[in-house]
Amino acid sequence: MALIENTPAAIDAVERRSLFERIPAAYWLVGFVLLVMPTFASPFVLFQIFGWTFILGIIALSLMFLGGYGGMVSLAQMTFAGSAGYMLAIFGPSAITDISMNWPWYIAIPLALALAVLFGTLTGWLAVRTAGIYTIMITLAIAAAFFYFTRQNYTIFNGFSGFNGVLPPKLFGVDWRGSTAFYYLTLFWATLCYFAVLYLSRSPFGLALQGVRDNQRRMSALGYNANAHRVAAYAFAALLAGIGGILLTWQSAQISPGTAGIGPAIDILVIAVIGGLRHPVGAFIGAFIYVILKTFALDALVAVGLSGERFQLLIGLGFLVIVFWSPDGILGLWAKWRDSRGKDPLRDRGGDTP
Amino acid sequence: MRRFVDRHPLWSVIIFAVVAVLLWMIFAVWPDWLTDAIGRKKVFLNALFNGITLGGLYFLVASGFTLIFGLMRNVNLAHGSLYLLGGYVGYLTADATGMWLLAFPAAFIVVGAFGVLLQIFVFRRMEGEDLRQTLVTIGISIVMADLMLWAWGGDFYNISPPEWLSGPMQTFFVTSVKRSGELVYMKYPMVRLVIFAASIVVGVGMWLLLNRTRIGMLIRAGVDDRDMLSATGARIQLVFVAVFAFGAGLAGVAGVVGGTFQSVAPGEDVRFLLASLVVVIVGGMGSIPGAALGALLIGLAEQFGSVYFPTYAVVLTFLIMVVVLAFRPQGLMGRN
Repeated sequence: MALIENTPAAIDAVERRSLFERIPAAYWLVGFVLLVMPTFASPFVLFQIFGWTFILGIIALSLMFLGGYGGMVSLAQMTFAGSAGYMLAIFGPSAITDISMNWPWYIAIPLALALAVLFGTLTGWLAVRTAGIYTIMITLAIAAAFFYFTRQNYTIFNGFSGFNGVLPPKLFGVDWRGSTAFYYLTLFWATLCYFAVLYLSRSPFGLALQGVRDNQRRMSALGYNANAHRVAAYAFAALLAGIGGILLTWQSAQISPGTAGIGPAIDILVIAVIGGLRHPVGAFIGAFIYVILKTFALDALVAVGLSGERFQLLIGLGFLVIVFWSPDGILGLWAKWRDSRGKDPLRDRGGDTP
Repeated sequence: MRRFVDRHPLWSVIIFAVVAVLLWMIFAVWPDWLTDAIGRKKVFLNALFNGITLGGLYFLVASGFTLIFGLMRNVNLAHGSLYLLGGYVGYLTADATGMWLLAFPAAFIVVGAFGVLLQIFVFRRMEGEDLRQTLVTIGISIVMADLMLWAWGGDFYNISPPEWLSGPMQTFFVTSVKRSGELVYMKYPMVRLVIFAASIVVGVGMWLLLNRTRIGMLIRAGVDDRDMLSATGARIQLVFVAVFAFGAGLAGVAGVVGGTFQSVAPGEDVRFLLASLVVVIVGGMGSIPGAALGALLIGLAEQFGSVYFPTYAVVLTFLIMVVVLAFRPQGLMGRN
């Protein structure tokens, strides 16, 4: 089968299809719904639910990229996001005028992203010296160090209270914190990051990275520098996380140590794992579920007679169930369901039989 | 020891010099210029003692962690929750019976039994799946943290030691000389010294158990090659359960100690999980002497940091971790 499909004629046939045809129908549908969303959704839904979903999705996407394609589960993604947010608050405008330098956005934003990437690269350089479960521990320790450092340091990071009044620039005369504008802003960056990850995963770099994940020795023997690929993956993931961090800072208009604490760091892992590390879309699915739970769990818990404070319990139990029964998250469940539908009841085999 | 000196002459000299300076600083009466430079000797000695005793506590938590990791290769990120559970159980026992000493066996048994359940129902089902185990333990720690918050609320509990242990104890370290020529000796809380002595006993006992008994032989063989050990007919699952119970129980005991030193409160689980992570990374995964060394280093760094550079105390411990990782990724006592 596979041999026949890959003949030049077949490839030509694929190439000849127009761009329109080559994009799956689901993309058109989801894209259309997301684009027209502001016409019928309330500002709360746009700003709080979808804005937040896209932001957390971008940060979880950076973890998905590292974990899914690189095989490195990092708990420091929220830390990179937080560092970008802090740098934005320090170089750009904020209400803490004695620290913030109030530089224009076209300097502050690239600088914040560059520093986040630098931070991510250094962390990666440190983390790739070990593998597997050690990576989780080391990145967790780095996340904790960042949290405590920002909480203790008052000269640069303004300690416990952090920065407030970190607002996006009024570019093109638009208030980017308005619900519709912010929705499109986050949608734009989420889409860009999503396709960037998808593109990169199919590029030579992404394929080599997946090769390193599957068999580091063989890739090294083939002449690839495994560690360089891993560090580069950290750098790219930090860029994604940095973008998410800047948007997150704008959304809440503030950044404080709690934003990048240990709890949020673990939440990002929960989001990525619930969604599934197989495909970039998992990060956004996970983020959507998380945001919905976080927003409405309170009412739901109160409705069944529990105190709203038990939200963590709900999230934790959900996470446990997912990890226990479907290590690939929602995407894994989806794949299982699709396989079971494609089963031939006579032969009782999955769709992967020849 | 001899081999270390032969292989690293420079490091040996440096370590020797540091130890000599430290010993001099501990026993000598400080000259004025030193007092002017870094403050009074009493402060220094207190930081040293606090650091060492805190190291003892960290060792209790981290040794269980490293033992479990060394044998079963699973990172139990719920270890901090076990610590906190031990603290609460210890508090309840001590509060109900009025006997402080009873808190230790109670915490050990309850948390150890919980560890057995974890091993049987969680870890055995996903043997060899590192990442999944880690994720599951994160989930368990989230759930446990919230359940404990539900049960005991956000209050701080303090386990108070009995009469005969409370109060200061006169030590033989000179802190200063009075104008009359009389020597002033340092006073230090008795309970911390006793607990430190107990943690040394636990450490030595563990070392003996691992290196001098048949069970220890089984465990060490399991650390080196699990499959081969089970092929020789050893009942490895039983060993796993026993080690997990013991490691968890140690975490529970450490919780009681921590509750006596400081307090039992939500959030302590994360703190001690992080502390044991850093201790184990610094000392070397799966190594008991490494855990002892790492715990001592981290405890001292934390205490000296909080006395001499209060703003960056917490960062200092992580800095140690980063330096160790950069130059010796397997940890100070770890094997390649």
